[in-house]
Amino acid sequence: MEDTDKATFDFQQDENGQGRLILAGRLDRDTTASLWRRSTHLLRQARVPRLIVQAGDVVYCDGAGLALLVEYRHIQQANGGQIEIRDLRPQFQQLMALFQTDRLVSPPKSPGPVSGTIGGLGKWTHGSAREMMMETSFTGEVLAKLLKVLLHPRALRWKDTLIIAEKAGANAIGITGLLGFLIGTILAFQTAAAMRKFGAEVFVADLVVVVLFRELGPLLTAVLLTSRSGSAFAAELGTMKVNEEVDALFTMGVDPVQFLVLPRLVAVLCVIPLLTLFNELLGLVGCGLVMGIWDVPSSIFMERICRAATLTDFFGGLVKTFVFGGLIAGIGCLRGLQTGTGPTAVGDSTTRAVVSGLIAVIAADGVFAVAYYYLGI
Amino acid sequence: MADEPIIQVKDLAAGYGDTVVLQDINFEVRMGEIFAILGGSGSGKTTLLKNMIGLQKPLRGAILIEGTDIVTAEGEQWLSVLKKIGVAYQSGALFGSMTVLTNVSLALEEFTDLPRHAIEMIAQMKLKAVGLQAAAYKMPSELSGGMRKRAAIARALAMDPKILFLDEPSAGLDPITSAQLDELILELSHDLGITFVIVTHELPSIFTVADRVIMVDKEAKTIVAAGKPQELRDNSDNPVVRQFFHRQLNPLEAKTDLHR
Repeated sequence: MEDTDKATFDFQQDENGQGRLILAGRLDRDTTASLWRRSTHLLRQARVPRLIVQAGDVVYCDGAGLALLVEYRHIQQANGGQIEIRDLRPQFQQLMALFQTDRLVSPPKSPGPVSGTIGGLGKWTHGSAREMMMETSFTGEVLAKLLKVLLHPRALRWKDTLIIAEKAGANAIGITGLLGFLIGTILAFQTAAAMRKFGAEVFVADLVVVVLFRELGPLLTAVLLTSRSGSAFAAELGTMKVNEEVDALFTMGVDPVQFLVLPRLVAVLCVIPLLTLFNELLGLVGCGLVMGIWDVPSSIFMERICRAATLTDFFGGLVKTFVFGGLIAGIGCLRGLQTGTGPTAVGDSTTRAVVSGLIAVIAADGVFAVAYYYLGI
Repeated sequence: MADEPIIQVKDLAAGYGDTVVLQDINFEVRMGEIFAILGGSGSGKTTLLKNMIGLQKPLRGAILIEGTDIVTAEGEQWLSVLKKIGVAYQSGALFGSMTVLTNVSLALEEFTDLPRHAIEMIAQMKLKAVGLQAAAYKMPSELSGGMRKRAAIARALAMDPKILFLDEPSAGLDPITSAQLDELILELSHDLGITFVIVTHELPSIFTVADRVIMVDKEAKTIVAAGKPQELRDNSDNPVVRQFFHRQLNPLEAKTDLHR
């Protein structure tokens, strides 16, 4: 057959202003692409009052070809001219009837910015206030239910709690220990270099112990747990929300907070002090290694550690971990339950869980620093 | 041209790992017909579909689409097969972060040099054909179940495929929407000459649209019947086929149900 894999067009204009466009060949996606710009440009420029498209030699025409014909029609309409498509083969005419569209739907106009800065401020305030209300009521609900669980421990789903504790705690020992070891090493190394100038490298142990027990141990573990488990909680609960599993719990009469949030909260509260201890222990090992390299006898190092580590430092650090743990689990779960709809929703709430979790942990650490200062701890 | 086979499945065995779900599968789909794959839940009809569109490699056998064996096809050859087929998935599988229009125009943007305006126009025309033009700028999450399926069909149509695979197109739809969808399938088949391969177990739509059907069964693990749906309903003496077309319970299950 006349099966060429090319499409051609030829445009002529007679003295009456009548235009004649002869199309031939295969009008498929590839050929139409080259034809589209040239032919529509010509037509727009020509502004013919009457256009005849002769399509008798079009041997193949797919969606793109049809769109081209429809585009000619739109151009003629916009120019106030007429159009006639002649000799189009019957099977293509049927396609045309199915696909032909008179006008394109234009995208909805996005609502303009809420009248400038003042409107924006109001909107922001409203949003933040709502958010804060939600967070407060969630905190209250969780605390009330936690209290109930403490009074009636059987109300908690211990099996779930243990599985979560394993995932968030036991499986995180390696990375927590590694992080502690590295931080201990780096801290000792950096300070020892400076202290050596004064012949005071023995006191590196004092510094590392205090910094590790009071600040870095709990903080690093919390940061790790936020990114490891806080995000996981948000993703898990978010997926459940998207799949309507949370709704299913609700209609079964099972309280989602009791069923989903409390096991996670209790699990994190149980594992975070232990993880912090691991972190600190490995930090001391790292410090000891550096001390050994700098030729400080291990007996002296041990003695310095025992003298520097006071119970107040130790427990002051551990108390913080409970607050951090509560924040991490609470925020992770809340963000998960707040998940909207659509595939990006879970990703969004996971991001929000990590970001706001980290901010909350660091802010809480600041509050502790001030409080401990005034309490003289 | 009507009797020319467009898809040939030869001695196919399919399954997962060591589990064989289907074996000794042999059939042909002819150019331009509406071909339905029937079977109860768990009979392996979706597995068969996945093999036919290359999502899963068969354990044995060959699947020829216009003469190209898709089991061994690679690279350019495989891409040229993909250009011939369109697939509408069971739940639509629309990209949730994009508007319906972007969903439809995605393939055109990726694979053609058409100007933006042209792509938008083609996409809107496809949407018009499935009656969804007004929803072009909506997000998939704003659509109802029936609209999602139609949008999925519009997306599958975007590249003008010769063969359209539909996975349970009318599952979960109300009778009216489901009938409209059948109407759309008939229209597309008649006007565009597209070959349809439909996986379904909805009796009304089987009788309305399907030219020929095959039925696969969980126990037999192969095709237990093939032919025109009306003939199978009226003449088949295979108990499984009769049960399926007459909506009867399995004799054993029926008994236990009554005595419960």
